[in-house]
Amino acid sequence: MKKVKRTLGMMALAATTVLTVSCKDVNKNEPAAPMSNEMHQESIDDKDDMAMNDNQDAKAEAILNDYFNLKDALVGDDNDKAKQLGATLASTLGSFDASSYSDSEQQELKDIMEDAIEHAEHISESDMAHQREHFKILSKDVTDMVAITGTEMKIYEQFCPMYNNNEGGAWLSMNEEIRNPYFGDKMLKCGKVQREIN
Amino acid sequence: MVENQVPATIKNRLQVSCYDCHSNNTDYPWYSKIQPAAWFLEDHIQEGKDELNFNEWATYSDRRKNSKLRSIISQIEEDKMPLDSYTLIHKDAILSDEYKRMIIDYMTALKDSLE
Repeated sequence: MKKVKRTLGMMALAATTVLTVSCKDVNKNEPAAPMSNEMHQESIDDKDDMAMNDNQDAKAEAILNDYFNLKDALVGDDNDKAKQLGATLASTLGSFDASSYSDSEQQELKDIMEDAIEHAEHISESDMAHQREHFKILSKDVTDMVAITGTEMKIYEQFCPMYNNNEGGAWLSMNEEIRNPYFGDKMLKCGKVQREIN
Repeated sequence: MVENQVPATIKNRLQVSCYDCHSNNTDYPWYSKIQPAAWFLEDHIQEGKDELNFNEWATYSDRRKNSKLRSIISQIEEDKMPLDSYTLIHKDAILSDEYKRMIIDYMTALKDSLE
């Protein structure tokens, strides 16, 4: 009986060893496969941006596109979508390449990106009211970025004097027609064009 | 924020109400030695410091200071900070209306000076 027990014990031990080894093997092989998968997927997701850019660095236009998508989600009072798009914008901001600008511009752009990323990240995890608070400062960051980088796009800077207890809030849009991201459906058309860029 | 010559009353108030989570000078409480409270706490303090660390104030750009000041003001105005879970144990960290006003006014003036 004792012997049987011992044999069983040995077998269990052997089985465990085999399992451990095979787990290790799997682990060893794993990194290669999923990683290439991920990279493949990313390049598919980024196709639209890639088509616009000559390289992988995010240009001002890619940031503007993500910003406008986010703005539209806020206009549509869509909290979840704004969260998603905030995260997208944060990653585009993070890959911005400022190397072609002068030293002082690079410093300014670095400050802008750092600040904007933080706001975009907050937007990716907040309720609507909070998202709009951050969107206000994010809008200033993006506006300041455009002042340095310029853009091919025709952009309208718009302003609603009533946001945040009449403190007011500005934003950028590609359309002249007012669609208010700070109030959404509550006051969709509150605001006016303050400035035209290009 | 030191280089901005913060008035003593405000500085003391910030130290009592904010510095445990928003500076490198955390005054760890007795329950920080007990698991799982310690894990929870460490996580919490790290999150607080990532968000705002008064010890790193001087390294923030003016743009970033501006954003931080704006957030500090709105968090205090809306009574979101200091956290309820913190003031539950640290009664002395609760901000009276008078202190709230004082801090908000100070931060607003500082913010305007950066703009």
